[in-house]
Amino acid sequence: MFEMLDALFLARAQFAFTVSFHFIFPAFSIGLASYLMVLEGLWLITGSGVYANLYRYWLKIFAVAFAMGVVSGIVMSYQFGTNWSVFSDKAGPVIGPLMAYEVLTAFFLEAGFLGVMLFGINKVGRKLHFAATCMVALGTFISAFWILSVNSWMQTPTGYEFGANGQFLPGPSWWAIIFNPSFPYRLVHTVIAAYLTTAFVVGAVGAWHLLRDRANPGARTMFSMAMWMAALVAPVQIFAGDMHGLNTLEHQPAKVMAMEGHYQSHPDGAPLILFGLPNSASKRIDYALEIPKASSLILKHDPNAPLAGLDTVPEDRQPPVGTVFWAFRIMVGIGFAMLGLGLWSLAARARRKLYDWPWLHRAAIVMGPSGFVAVIAGWVTTEVGRQPWTIYGLLRTADSAAPLDAPAVAASLLAFITVYFSVFGAGTFYILKLMGKPPERHEDALPVHGPVRTAGITPAPAIEGGEA
Amino acid sequence: MIDLTVIWAGIIAFAVAAYVVMDGFDLGIGILFPRFKLGTERDMAMNSVAPVWDGNETWLVMGGGGLLAAFPLAYAIVLPALYAPLIAMLLGLVFRGVAFEFRWRDPGHRRFWDFAFSAGSVVATLAQGIVLGALLQGITVEGRAYAGGWWEWLSPFSLVTGVSLVIGYALLGACWLIWKTHGDLHDQARKAARVLLPALLVAIAVVSAWTPFLEGQYYRRWFEWPGMLASAPMPLLVAVTGFLAWRAIGKGRDWSPFFLTLLLFALSMVGLAISIWPDVIPGRVSIWEAATPERSQVFMLIGAGIMVPVILAYTIWAYWVFRGKVDATGYH
Repeated sequence: MFEMLDALFLARAQFAFTVSFHFIFPAFSIGLASYLMVLEGLWLITGSGVYANLYRYWLKIFAVAFAMGVVSGIVMSYQFGTNWSVFSDKAGPVIGPLMAYEVLTAFFLEAGFLGVMLFGINKVGRKLHFAATCMVALGTFISAFWILSVNSWMQTPTGYEFGANGQFLPGPSWWAIIFNPSFPYRLVHTVIAAYLTTAFVVGAVGAWHLLRDRANPGARTMFSMAMWMAALVAPVQIFAGDMHGLNTLEHQPAKVMAMEGHYQSHPDGAPLILFGLPNSASKRIDYALEIPKASSLILKHDPNAPLAGLDTVPEDRQPPVGTVFWAFRIMVGIGFAMLGLGLWSLAARARRKLYDWPWLHRAAIVMGPSGFVAVIAGWVTTEVGRQPWTIYGLLRTADSAAPLDAPAVAASLLAFITVYFSVFGAGTFYILKLMGKPPERHEDALPVHGPVRTAGITPAPAIEGGEA
Repeated sequence: MIDLTVIWAGIIAFAVAAYVVMDGFDLGIGILFPRFKLGTERDMAMNSVAPVWDGNETWLVMGGGGLLAAFPLAYAIVLPALYAPLIAMLLGLVFRGVAFEFRWRDPGHRRFWDFAFSAGSVVATLAQGIVLGALLQGITVEGRAYAGGWWEWLSPFSLVTGVSLVIGYALLGACWLIWKTHGDLHDQARKAARVLLPALLVAIAVVSAWTPFLEGQYYRRWFEWPGMLASAPMPLLVAVTGFLAWRAIGKGRDWSPFFLTLLLFALSMVGLAISIWPDVIPGRVSIWEAATPERSQVFMLIGAGIMVPVILAYTIWAYWVFRGKVDATGYH
């Protein structure tokens, strides 16, 4: 066991740990920023106080989540160099500019307008404040755009040349680098995932308060909005995921083989393995529950189409099957559960029981954190599925790491684990505490004595257009 | 002599300077935090930077991300070399950053997050100063990689630069509070500034006197023609600025202490530039050796040329929105 604890393994563990933790916050704040934009926009248009109250309710939660996203994100911008310096040296000329664009067009935009969004409602007027909210929401989206372009380029590298010193250099067209083959699919799939993640959190909070007081107008509104998202966007996401999978089959077939559990090739129609235990020693799925020919049908739109398996891929170019196989099933399972809840909510609406169906509300609460699990599982699928490469087919993970001593990496990994669990654990506790309070008719713009208070006068008259 | 590489070196230097200027006073407030009384004083100090700290910190990402983009080789050598202080800085910034939100969430936990805010600020600042010192004293490079051990950064000199930066940021924080607050907190900040300013001048003198003897290159820059042309007036300029700052603090001026302290920082940075130009890793790798190819430079320069002025514009706007003095209950 301990021979595995070399510097490379520790560096991989550290990156996986810090990026997984970090990813949770943007997955939430991308969706929540857009939700706040919608709420404030609806308030401006309709003048309905319920939207103003919901805006302030979710803004407090956003502030906590965003702070955690910022501090865990700064760590990421340095991890590339501290732990993956050879990768940074080689790929820097190609991916560095994309990340620089992320900083220039997204990070500054979010951070610059966040202060006004959180603390400026009484200083700049409603419309300008709405503009600040829009800028923060736009910033979160632009950030996703650039960083997913970088990630996609590592998955499906195009538009590069090799330099004499072993560096990857940009070719004549940046378009070919930015819009590499997997980028459009990954962008759509990931951004929708962020929206769905937020929708299920909002839905769970609404459901929680509906169980206690089904007349609470804020709880009703947020639950209804979240369930519309579930019903309308979950099917879109399943479709987008399918498209993404077909794209992966084209460019990274070994990843799809691992996802499907296809150790062997199937010359006349491959089965869809629903469940089973991947056995890497005997190169088969034990106790497989499978639908004959269904995999060929899904991936090739022909039940008898031949599908290659991992037996066609050299051993040293294969991803680890077990992790990818399970992560993929967790993601897909949650996707369909989300669709199920969305359909249930449509039925409840049709029967006019959306706010009076405790079992629906309980199910929505259970599904509250599901988006986070699905997002992490999807991320594991695509990242572990890319192994053993950092730049697919071109640069091995083993050849990317920084020349660090194992004790240094072990010490920092321990520090990250300790700090992240305690700090972000506390943050999660505060968020849950905020969520545990029902949305009030006159939601404080700021916590008591918080930085948002203006001379002791709650800005209720300024922000509230009407009664809830 | 002005080529794209020089322009990019200037942009990175600008980002680092912007970070030092802007996050310097945020961190300085964290360093001074334990001296402020629980309740109003601490709330006021926190409120004075709460709306802008996040934007300020983004310049650090710009510095790091920009280094990767414009000088990938330098990024790949420097970050592993300074592994321990950089990780410490990042963890310090984690505690500092979340404290802005977390301390309002539960009165029972406030003391803990106040401590985290302060300790995080001290650790992050100390680590940044150590990073500077370790770079100046030189790191071991072989080929395209760092070749030293994981304690190479630790030396008497890097510890001195670390402590110097803590003093410097604390002074910036004190002067910011002189400008942005009134009452007890204002008076206390002024008292702190009167101690910190002489301490900073001593620190600048020590580091400046020590630096030329670290590397032959620095010595030649400072004491041989034509470097002397630039280096000779520096001590005088620092002394004059220090004197003006001392008077401004003593005479009860509001904003001039802050800007005079910034001028001290600017002079120190010019001094650093004289020592290390045109290297990106002092004495080891020049900016041209580490530069990304021209295609990458041009592509980024278009973005930076458009975006940096826009960023500066809305940053100034955000500061303008929150102009004036703060008090315990918020902004007026």
